[in-house]
Amino acid sequence: MKKVVYFDNNATTMVAPEVIEAMQPYWSKLYGNPSSIHSFGGEVRKDVEKAREQVAALLGAKAGEIVFTGGGSESDNMAILCALEAAGPEKKHVITTKVEHHAVLKVCDYLKTKGYRVTELDVNIDGALDLDQLDRSITINTALVSIMWANNETGVISPIEKIVEIVKSKGVLFHTDAVQAVGKIPLDLSKIPVDFLAASGHKLHAPKGIGVLFVREGVDLPPLIHGGHQEGGRRAGTENVPAIIGFGKAAEIALEHMDEKNERVRRMREKFETGILSRCKGTRINGRNRLPNTSNITFGYVEGEAVLLMLDDLGICASSGSACTSGSLEPSHVLKAMGLDESSIYSSIRFSISRYTTQEEIDYALEHIPQIIKRLREMSPFTQVFS
Amino acid sequence: MLNYTEKVMDHFRNPRNVGYIKDPDGIGEVGSAACGDVLRLMFKLDEKGRIADVKFQTYGCASAIASASVLTEIIKGKTLEEAENITNLDIVEYLGGLPEHKIHCSVMGREALEAAIENFRKGTTGRKTLEGKVICICFGVTEEKIKRAIRENKLTTVEQVTQLIKAGSACGGCKEEIAEIIASLAEEVKATPEVTPRKGMTNLQKIQLIKEIIEYEIKPELLQHGGNIELIDVNGNQVIVSLQGACKECHVSNITIKNLVEPKLKERVSAELEVVEER
Repeated sequence: MKKVVYFDNNATTMVAPEVIEAMQPYWSKLYGNPSSIHSFGGEVRKDVEKAREQVAALLGAKAGEIVFTGGGSESDNMAILCALEAAGPEKKHVITTKVEHHAVLKVCDYLKTKGYRVTELDVNIDGALDLDQLDRSITINTALVSIMWANNETGVISPIEKIVEIVKSKGVLFHTDAVQAVGKIPLDLSKIPVDFLAASGHKLHAPKGIGVLFVREGVDLPPLIHGGHQEGGRRAGTENVPAIIGFGKAAEIALEHMDEKNERVRRMREKFETGILSRCKGTRINGRNRLPNTSNITFGYVEGEAVLLMLDDLGICASSGSACTSGSLEPSHVLKAMGLDESSIYSSIRFSISRYTTQEEIDYALEHIPQIIKRLREMSPFTQVFS
Repeated sequence: MLNYTEKVMDHFRNPRNVGYIKDPDGIGEVGSAACGDVLRLMFKLDEKGRIADVKFQTYGCASAIASASVLTEIIKGKTLEEAENITNLDIVEYLGGLPEHKIHCSVMGREALEAAIENFRKGTTGRKTLEGKVICICFGVTEEKIKRAIRENKLTTVEQVTQLIKAGSACGGCKEEIAEIIASLAEEVKATPEVTPRKGMTNLQKIQLIKEIIEYEIKPELLQHGGNIELIDVNGNQVIVSLQGACKECHVSNITIKNLVEPKLKERVSAELEVVEER
């Protein structure tokens, strides 16, 4: 296999070796069904509950508030669709933002076809929300507000504390898609009274196919998937035990020395960004107040897909929210909402590192990326701009 | 992962004939940065009228680079009459295929070539401007271009048109009109109907042209000196711009407008234009 420098951790992450080790016994040794009466299954049940506590600890939640699901998208779907059911048929208004993940935005599009009114809040050029607009948008018919904790494309962090204060003062339910935030920044739900929170295992070095929905104690949420008593009757289906154990372990590791690890990641990211900005003219970092691991960079006058393929030749994995790869040629809705012009959107690349990223990898990227940009710009009809 | 052939990747990694000919016999440019791709093609003829040298510059994705690269290989040594017969499908074939949603890259290659040949023959700007009724406002695709794509590629669905020339792929507002055009051509695909382009420019075309000239010709020049320009509005014959960066502080900013921006727009769009700075 060729060299891999993985700078795409907001897409998915490597499963941590400790996580794989923790999961190992649950395939062919401890394979009992947690719901069984026999003690072979009962033992597994205890381990699942321990994992639940580990995840709860990472979120500052109680174990009973954690529901395991099939992933982040399922958690978002469940929170929104089931909260609306709980809110009743009278309340036909939902508030979200223009920069949400599709797991939220597409659910809202679906709701529009079912007679709901959806308000999508704007962001400014820094990716920041206008809290007054949020305040003004809430009406007596508002059933739910859903705002992401951190953005997947830019890493911009929402002021969740202030947002929740506004929403809860009006007695409206609040959900946050925290898939990119959990494990990357400290969150304490014992202090921030969100009603629902979605998280995903594979974004924090646990396996794919496992997610979490936090449901605050005392908040009624009917199930999305019916058919069994699992997860306190909130999510039917035999538990994905190995993945749950893995999520628990990954949460435990994320919590250990979180500040220290984040600081290290942040320093590497800063070195990367400073290096890029000083070596490539006509570049810009998108978004302010961001996760420590994410860089969304506009390389003026080069096209994103060409950059990504040249990076790929060097083993550097990155991504772009857009690129004319889809038949519909849709530019990134996030950068568009921030007000970037279309050519800048097509020229933007996301790099997302992790605690496994090394200084050598940063140096390797800094050595090669400027050359790629230079090469593509030399091909460009705008070449005189940078000569 | 993108599904590109080895040939596409080869021409993307090692594009042939990239660069600039100082004094070309013909030069053509198509696309816009807003659509994600621009292609500029230029050639020099030998004494027998064959293409002796051809170069291209592009801002675009891998398949745009590869399409332009193979086009230069195909037309080198050909007469203009021979080169004119090259279709976008020849480019696709040479590349061993392109993903469906990337076919428009090959269309751009052929259009740039056409513009360059026209530039040589008629001394036109070489910048493809819009002629006829604009159907797709998002990408500035005219009725004529759509009809032509339908005839040449024997298209029967709106999706095929969208994939080939992008028309209808942004807001989708023109899809019905495209469907009507397809229906109107269904029977006469074999015949060659008369298409008369509209005389003069519509307001929309005028604004589009002003926008492109500012973006591609004036802006790069100002950027070189640390300045920048933005088109704010067009009000009749009045073009309102805002100067930024070094231009903004510059006490001769009015001279920039009167000596550079206005003459260029007057020459290229309409002698009646007046350029003013937003205050």
